[in-house]
Amino acid sequence: MKVRQDLRQVSPRASGGVKLLLVALVAGLAWSLVPGAHAVPTLCMPSDTTACLGGTLRTDEGVVPDVEIKVTSPSGEETVLTTNEQGKWNLAAEEEGPWTLEVDQETLPDGVATTGEDVITVQARYGATTPGLIPVRTESYSSERSFGEYLAQSTVNGLRLGLLLALAAVGLSLIYGTTRLSSFSHAEQVTLGGMVAYGLVNVGGMNLWVGGALTVLVCAATGWTQDRLMWQPLRRRGLGLTQMMIVTIGLSLAMQYCFQYFVGARTVRVVQDNPDVLELGPITLTYQSLAAMGISVVVLAAVGYGLLRTRVGRATRAVSDNPALAAASGIDVDKVIRLVWVVATGLAGLSGIMYALVTNGIKWDSGMQILLLLFAAVTLGGLGTAFGALLGALIIGMVVELSPVFGMPGDFKYATAMLILILLLLVRPQGLLGKAERVG
Amino acid sequence: MTMDAEARTLAEEQGKEPSKSRRALVIAAGMAGGLVLLWLVGQFAPGDVGSIARAMMREALSPQTAAVAVAVIGLNVHFGFTGLLNIGQAGFMLLGAYGFTISIRYDVPLVPAVLIGLLAAIVFALILGLPTLKLRGDYLAIVTISAAEIIRYVGRSALLTDFTGAAQGIQGKTYRDPFTDLSFFGSGEASIGFLNYQMTGVNGWWVRFVAWTLVALCVLGIWLLARSPWGRLLRGIREDELAILSLGKNAFAVKMQALVIGGALGALGGMIYVLPSSVQPDSMGRALTFFAWTALLLGGAATIFGPVLGSILFFTVRIFIKGTADVVVPNSLMNSQQTEQFSWIVVGVALMLLVIFKPQGILGDKRELRFNV
Repeated sequence: MKVRQDLRQVSPRASGGVKLLLVALVAGLAWSLVPGAHAVPTLCMPSDTTACLGGTLRTDEGVVPDVEIKVTSPSGEETVLTTNEQGKWNLAAEEEGPWTLEVDQETLPDGVATTGEDVITVQARYGATTPGLIPVRTESYSSERSFGEYLAQSTVNGLRLGLLLALAAVGLSLIYGTTRLSSFSHAEQVTLGGMVAYGLVNVGGMNLWVGGALTVLVCAATGWTQDRLMWQPLRRRGLGLTQMMIVTIGLSLAMQYCFQYFVGARTVRVVQDNPDVLELGPITLTYQSLAAMGISVVVLAAVGYGLLRTRVGRATRAVSDNPALAAASGIDVDKVIRLVWVVATGLAGLSGIMYALVTNGIKWDSGMQILLLLFAAVTLGGLGTAFGALLGALIIGMVVELSPVFGMPGDFKYATAMLILILLLLVRPQGLLGKAERVG
Repeated sequence: MTMDAEARTLAEEQGKEPSKSRRALVIAAGMAGGLVLLWLVGQFAPGDVGSIARAMMREALSPQTAAVAVAVIGLNVHFGFTGLLNIGQAGFMLLGAYGFTISIRYDVPLVPAVLIGLLAAIVFALILGLPTLKLRGDYLAIVTISAAEIIRYVGRSALLTDFTGAAQGIQGKTYRDPFTDLSFFGSGEASIGFLNYQMTGVNGWWVRFVAWTLVALCVLGIWLLARSPWGRLLRGIREDELAILSLGKNAFAVKMQALVIGGALGALGGMIYVLPSSVQPDSMGRALTFFAWTALLLGGAATIFGPVLGSILFFTVRIFIKGTADVVVPNSLMNSQQTEQFSWIVVGVALMLLVIFKPQGILGDKRELRFNV
């Protein structure tokens, strides 16, 4: 419960519309990550004869403490509750059925008002905690959000999403480039990163930096093991690429249910405490996001440098280009592919940690939800080109975050990314940076 | 496989036509026999064995198994016969289900509603096929898996609550009546041993009868299609598209036809899938597509009975694993939720092993399936 409840406390000090946007971003990125976004503290324990009601009174600017709420039981009994300093309230209900909540307007601070819905009804059930959401907002709410601010914040969010996607997409693209395999289990490698980090940092109590580095190592080790035990023998057997692709689908299914088996279907967080927020003019970012973006840039630059300037990077590109020719000129293709799997799964793991930090949690199907964006990014940039994947990921991240700014309903922002992909395939099937060749 | 080898396979095929139809009879009889055996075990075996067998039998006959079988038959047209990598069959199913149920809620009669569902899938297939069918196979894979997810996202979008019921979905009672009204089974209950259902009710014999009749019709239809010149063209494209092109055939058009037909079958499966329950966008996501793939590869791609056998086996074996794990593994090691997840893990691993060690499935012909896209 604690975990879920913390999920909603994203940046309480953020300013008006920007805060809403941030919430919208988090909700958008993690829309089914946060099923019960309005859970409550566990001061009231639901039992067979007790139902719990609770919630947090908050506006777009933060929580509202010391407000009186009149609660009426189904049989008409009235109780008055006061929100605590975190804006929270809760009640142990001894009766099932519809309870009504009404905020005492007198006790609301100046400048805060209800949105017109004054009486809220919630259904209490024994053995369960029912959230009661009372919408309140600051009076200056609607005038605060200008188009420019919205655009600026969304651009930053888009950049953040793009960098996060790029980490995983570059790996996916490298795998495709060197083996021609579209690995559907790459999304689960992303989830794995978040899950291992949860285990090490949250459960194991490790320092975030140490735990994060260890997580990347663990994930890279899974890549090594996979290639050693599965992909390399399969390549030697000459298993077709289609079959290999279906093998990755099976692996992805098995991994998803492994996560559910060991961690459960809930959203877990890597760090428990709430992130601090940085405000730069109209832009609000958590320090975690900022660090995540910085690390992504550094890591991506390192990968790019490695590909362009080092011997092994050149070998990787040679294998991508033409495996037979590379082998003939003395490159150990299997070794390169092994390295690519290690790097790709390591990067995916890093991306998973970032995802868990930036969106405040990770769930068994989080990776699956971004798989779509990963494929869009990789295809957009040109299948198999690492820099194309980077470019594609940034574009997809921007498109997803900016489309609501230009009037696309928030629910459809993923659809926009897909639409762009389909249109691009019509005119430039090899992708933005792909070589023009016959791809049919 | 070269055209030469293809020609040889085809010649062999024609040579042993009688033995082929006998083989089909044997397979059909074997499937029916297996079900009867399962029923006998369920009816007469005592204790846990009996209860697991009963659960397996109920799952084997359930309309949702039939629905998946129809969708898998469609997938077989895509992948088994034509070699198209459609990883979004659940999207076709969901579209069919939405088209059908929303039409009925707007008082469209049953038959046009079914047609609207099919039409939705056909248009979807055209949109997906146009940019991708001229490209290498993995483009279709990526676009179909993404588009299927888009359908689900859009379906569960709060903006469309009035149409699709958003994440809550559409309740069965709002669209089921026109279908149950057609029933000539009458009311009341009937049982065959432990299989006891209402004649017509929500999830009774009527929907089972219709669902499995449709499965039989689809099998018949695919059998006719697969042995037609058009069916041979499909297999030719799967084996060597360039050769088919050089024969002057329009491979793009043929692939598009296959995509449309398989997609329409998927939509039909989706409609059957929601009849006894409700439309839940989240239950028709990527997982369902993966189940369809596992069922197809289990039964055998590019075979006539493979999809049906594969679907029945897929669901019953999963129940078997779950039931056995429930009984054998003590609760302290694995609670009932974990046995459910364990059964899915086994499904995933089984899919991997199947593809690696027996890619032709149970009924498939190994020569025919060196598939590669």
